[in-house]
Amino acid sequence: MTTQTTKEIPEAAAVPPPGAAPAKKVSQGHRRLLTRRDRLTLGLMAGLPTILHIALVWVTALASVALAFTTWDGIGFDSIKWVGLENFKELFSNNPQFWPAVQHNVIWFVVLIVIPTPLGLFLAVQLDKRIRFSRVYQTAFFLPVVMSMAVIGFVWQLIYNPDTGLINSVIGANEPGKYIDWIGDPDLNLWAILVAASWRHTGYMMILYLAGLKGVDPSLREASALDGANEWQTFKNVIFPTLRPTNTVVLVVTIIEALRAFDLVFVFNKGAQGTELLSILVTNNIIGESSRIGYGSAIAVVLLLISLVVIIPYLVATFRKERRA
Amino acid sequence: MQHFSPSGLSLPSPSRRTMLRGIGGAAVLGAGIPLLSACGGSGTASDPKTVTLGSKASDAVPKKAFADIYAAYKKKSGITVDVNTKDSNTFQEQINSYLQGTPDDVFTWFAGYRMQFFAAKGLATPIDDVWKTIGDNFPEAMHKLSKGEDGKYYFVPLYTYPWAIFYRKSVFQENGYEVPTTWDDFVALCKQMQKDKLVPIAFGDKDAWPALGTFDQINFRQNGYDFHVELMAGKASWTDAKVRKVFDLWTEILPYHQEGAMGRTWQDAAQTLASKKAGMYLLGTFVAQQFTDKAALDDLDFFAFPEIDPQFGQDTVEAPTDGFMMSKSPKNKAEAVKLLEFLGTPEAETVYLKSDPSSVHASTKADTSSYTALQKKAYDMIAGAKSLTQFMDRDSRPDFTSTVMQPALQKFVRDPKGVDGLLSSIERQKKTIFASG
Repeated sequence: MTTQTTKEIPEAAAVPPPGAAPAKKVSQGHRRLLTRRDRLTLGLMAGLPTILHIALVWVTALASVALAFTTWDGIGFDSIKWVGLENFKELFSNNPQFWPAVQHNVIWFVVLIVIPTPLGLFLAVQLDKRIRFSRVYQTAFFLPVVMSMAVIGFVWQLIYNPDTGLINSVIGANEPGKYIDWIGDPDLNLWAILVAASWRHTGYMMILYLAGLKGVDPSLREASALDGANEWQTFKNVIFPTLRPTNTVVLVVTIIEALRAFDLVFVFNKGAQGTELLSILVTNNIIGESSRIGYGSAIAVVLLLISLVVIIPYLVATFRKERRA
Repeated sequence: MQHFSPSGLSLPSPSRRTMLRGIGGAAVLGAGIPLLSACGGSGTASDPKTVTLGSKASDAVPKKAFADIYAAYKKKSGITVDVNTKDSNTFQEQINSYLQGTPDDVFTWFAGYRMQFFAAKGLATPIDDVWKTIGDNFPEAMHKLSKGEDGKYYFVPLYTYPWAIFYRKSVFQENGYEVPTTWDDFVALCKQMQKDKLVPIAFGDKDAWPALGTFDQINFRQNGYDFHVELMAGKASWTDAKVRKVFDLWTEILPYHQEGAMGRTWQDAAQTLASKKAGMYLLGTFVAQQFTDKAALDDLDFFAFPEIDPQFGQDTVEAPTDGFMMSKSPKNKAEAVKLLEFLGTPEAETVYLKSDPSSVHASTKADTSSYTALQKKAYDMIAGAKSLTQFMDRDSRPDFTSTVMQPALQKFVRDPKGVDGLLSSIERQKKTIFASG
């Protein structure tokens, strides 16, 4: 049964089929057939991407880790000064925006997992029933995912603009005394942005779950129907457990979305009071005419460490599973 | 090129040759990256009849106004100015790497600390010889603004614009308001406007820099120009009682500011003044750009920020100045010098202001006969000033103002009670930033 379903789940395509192991033997047999040109070609094909990867991913990542222990204004290499842990000390004790930023990244994750994810699952389950116009709904819910975050930011600003926006104009909250500042009030703006982010995330989750649901063996549903289970029982005890691989993907995708959150907020209010995010602090410190590259790198390193704490356990778990298989 | 089969099973795999071609393409792209960042009209560098110029004037109005200057220069001297225009925000963000790479011979920039910073880093050429020719065209205050910390000239000013409090003449007339010249009058006027159901002071701080202007005005009226300079240079302390007093005064007028400033851009705030919902608005003369209706524009007027301490009166004017600098090793230095000499003439300024009337001449010799009433007033205000400031983010380290001051002032505007904690936090952060050299 499992082999049958893996063919139909798109994410499963990333997992190498179990038959990949004997590949080594095959290549040995072909070795003699490789001409000098073939070897050169292969070398280029493997070598160039490796060099690009090392230069653009590893060297830059390691360089920013190294720079986190220096101060540098970006002008000439001789102005790089070693300061040890000074940047981190400054960051943890002295930067009024740092802890709010960490907190907001966490809130971002919790909200995405608590609201749009179940909503996406709910929509997917409904659409999976092959109701009428199901394709229309599917398209409508998925549409926000196709849009760039920056565009979503612009669209939602038209709704939230405190003077001329849709909400305040409709409920009359753009007058003195009744004023609601959706973008500027730090008690409101993070939630306002999260609504926009959730609006997009729901469609994303829906598509992932829909793909997962398509892979559920129809005979399972039949069997549970024969056993007299109602719809909710079927979902809870039969369907949802089979969605386990999808749930893992959803969790990882949501964590990544929460950590890389940037564009929407940057367009919305540049990470002002109430919407600070780590990614925005990094950008604010590094980009500019006289930048604090060392300090910005220190924030980037914190972001990297948080990402590693989340991703390493996931990778360990995945590889362990693969080995078992 | 790509063939999608409906079944998704028999996709033809790309041949080795196309793969190789792709790799070749990627390699060319990779090699192209440094070339891209170096693009600055370098192809024409050896041409003695051409000077290259990097410009941040990407908006339609200033772009055309600058182009007019270069056309006038070509007519006069036969030298072509090869302009490399970049989006103004991008230009500012990349100025660092731009000046370290292969910059154009001449580039547009701002006066004040921002100019001195690059001069001190050796990324600009001193132009004392240019000033020998153009020096007489400018008042003393402009000479001061154009010098680096080493006392040499690095900057040729083109135009400037003052910050002031803008209002509609008709609104003041209808309600019988008088232009306030002292702090007490100003506060009394705010109270009266509130009674008359007007928003006394329009305010939008979504972009985080407009509040810096309010701080500047209260600060140099209360503490004088010298203290402003010391504070901006990181020498005076932010926990000084003098700074605290600025925030106390600001707290006093904060209730008369437009609600919800953090969610509003300066453009939207200007609209409340244009639509007569607000009585006053503190901003630069560029606020006039938002007055598209001719009648409303004619109705627009301004007055200098009221006096607080009589010792300083209204003698300081905040007037950011834009102009030109020469990069560290221009390819065509002889012609670049001549171009800068031309740019420092009243003639060049007049050409510019003909297409962009929201600013005024930096030179005192310029022809002001075509000025609008607003321009005349702005010009007189600057000409009569004892000292000119450049706005907080041009008078201080930009990394300090953007990463510390902008969020701090937004926080203050929202919660003026927390000012003591805020000021000690600013002071602590200032110390680290200014210590980093």
